[in-house]
Amino acid sequence: MTTSTAPSASGTTDVVLEADGLTKHFPVRKRGRELLSRKVRSVRAVEDVTLRLHRGRVTALVGESGSGKSTVARLLAQLYPQTSGTIRLHGEAVSDAAGGKRFRAYSKRVQMIFQDPFASLNPVHTVRYHLTRALQIHGNAGKSATEREEALTHLLTRVQLTPPERYIDKFPHELSGGQRQRVAIARALGADPEVLLADEPVSMLDVSIRLGVLNLLKDLKERLRLAILYITHDIASARYFADETYVMYAGRVVEGGESEAVTQRPAHPYTQLLIESAPDPDRPAAQEKDGGTGEPPSLINPPEGCRFNPRCPFAMKVCAEKVPPRFAIPADSAIPADSADGTDSADGAVADSTAHFAACWLYGDGLSEADKARLREPEEAL
Amino acid sequence: MTDAVLEIRGLNVDYGLGDEAVHAVRDVDLTLHRGEVLGLAGESGSGKSTLAYGLTRLLPPPGVIAGGEVLYHPDGGAPVDVLRMTLPELRKFRWAETAIVFQGAMNSLNPVHRISSQLTDVIKAHDPRSTPASRLARAREMLRLVGISADRLDSYPHQLSGGMRQRVMIGMALALEPKVVIMDEPTTALDVVVQRQILRQLVELRERLGFSVVFITHDLSLLVEFSDRIAIMYGGRIVEEATSADLYRDPLHPYSHGLLNSFPALRGPKRELTGIPGSPPDLRAMPPGCAFHPRCPHAMERCGVEVPVLGIPGDVRSGHDAGANEPAPADRTVACWLHPVHDDGL
Repeated sequence: MTTSTAPSASGTTDVVLEADGLTKHFPVRKRGRELLSRKVRSVRAVEDVTLRLHRGRVTALVGESGSGKSTVARLLAQLYPQTSGTIRLHGEAVSDAAGGKRFRAYSKRVQMIFQDPFASLNPVHTVRYHLTRALQIHGNAGKSATEREEALTHLLTRVQLTPPERYIDKFPHELSGGQRQRVAIARALGADPEVLLADEPVSMLDVSIRLGVLNLLKDLKERLRLAILYITHDIASARYFADETYVMYAGRVVEGGESEAVTQRPAHPYTQLLIESAPDPDRPAAQEKDGGTGEPPSLINPPEGCRFNPRCPFAMKVCAEKVPPRFAIPADSAIPADSADGTDSADGAVADSTAHFAACWLYGDGLSEADKARLREPEEAL
Repeated sequence: MTDAVLEIRGLNVDYGLGDEAVHAVRDVDLTLHRGEVLGLAGESGSGKSTLAYGLTRLLPPPGVIAGGEVLYHPDGGAPVDVLRMTLPELRKFRWAETAIVFQGAMNSLNPVHRISSQLTDVIKAHDPRSTPASRLARAREMLRLVGISADRLDSYPHQLSGGMRQRVMIGMALALEPKVVIMDEPTTALDVVVQRQILRQLVELRERLGFSVVFITHDLSLLVEFSDRIAIMYGGRIVEEATSADLYRDPLHPYSHGLLNSFPALRGPKRELTGIPGSPPDLRAMPPGCAFHPRCPHAMERCGVEVPVLGIPGDVRSGHDAGANEPAPADRTVACWLHPVHDDGL
């Protein structure tokens, strides 16, 4: 099934799942006088998010809590209907998949792993039950009991829970956190998916076993050619694990590109703040800059324009007026900035979706070269 | 200014009694010096929080302190054993001398009381003769100290963000100017940007007010940056203790080494990391010998039999400038058979 739908000439960059202008507003319950008015307030959790997941690649979505990164994952999994925007699986728009047969067909190809393996597994059922159910629902259990047993063994081996017979009849409470998350991954693999949406898959796990789970996902990506969306608040792990990284702030994607480019040459002031704030034992204490102040804005009444502008040290007038589009960041700052000309729409301008971009007016045309140089200075000092 | 303010000697903490007891903290020796930040790192279940609760006598019921002593050295007074204090003594000691900021502290504010009444309550309880006006002034000062404008005094906790609530908790802990502040994962629930703001503020406050901090967290890379000394716990024991620079540069215990290699770096060359194979031990069924030996890449036969003692390693000399006859404050200890203890002096 997976091979039939994919184009036969599949390079490493073919897009499996893409989101275009994805937006989600959650209505807020009316209280007090609002009950009498018609105005509906909403939490604008995700606004105009465009991203692509590629076969055999890991895409990281980095942001603080409340930045909307988990909402993006749930929208992509069709657990919530989107307010606007389109989700395309292999170029085919996914519409109203919530519930019913179409959702099941969709979820067979797009699976999700949740943050907390203590909560995502049912405590009264064994590993065997969880995995069998996933296999049966998605029609991968085979025809006979032996085939099913084989499939189970195969799943457990694939997530490195070996020997399988030691784990198959265990209850979740008999397993450690890392083993539980592996069972959750095996359950997702039971559907034989093409896309894995991993919502903070390791942040509940002990430090020493996080890398084991990340390395497992990396291995699965390579062997099964999965497209993985890795949601995390830890930008260092995104650098380690993901091929591409998108940074979200207050519901919008502010920067994206190859992980190495985003983490080594952050362009958006928010990404710079995020990277300066990450613990880094190599940094001499004296070199620390007086970093950012303030906190993310309320998403009910987000600031006009760039949502980071109230906290931004480089904020200009235009930042509070217009939402910045995605501007291409040249791979090398020596390249003249006029290569960024014409990149004024959020969509087509950045043709190669893995190119480094930042949604920030600092990279627009209205800025003098000297100002741009001034902005790039601090990163080079690091 | 390196004299001890808190000395833990041979502390043992169990959960439950008799044969069923789970030994969560075993034979811990630890010294906190005046004005330093001591980091305590370990995974969940390593006993780091239990240690903090044990030394403040805040253990919830199945927890029992099975032995040891915790000596507190007040300014210019004789040391007192916290574990032998009577309840009235303990009441006075807590908060005024030692304050603790709990894990998820921002949820320990009472949701139905204003920030002001919660801050003034502390002062009232310890100084009943203070006037309401003076208490309020002090509360205002505390808020300013942690970087919150004083007009938030009349807010309820839900009107503050997570970071602000955490700051209120830190301010509350400092309200009586304690000598020791214990912070149990104070910033784990916060975002990195807010976490850095709060920690920077804490370091600054410590320099200004001169208290000592026991900083408990699982995030070793954070500790390396913010603490003076680090003790690493595994399976209820301290396996290594060193200054943070030494520990980061040259970890001696294989577990410390593995833990440091579990954090992907944000800078420098990208390299393959492995973490530590296996999973943390179950305290109910601890392996014999060194608790780490089933996961250790360097395990020897001896590791599975004998528990290594914590001591100054024989193969690494600490403090190059220290004279041979005065081993100074032992600033580097490790419990591992790879680094046999030089001198059984500790």
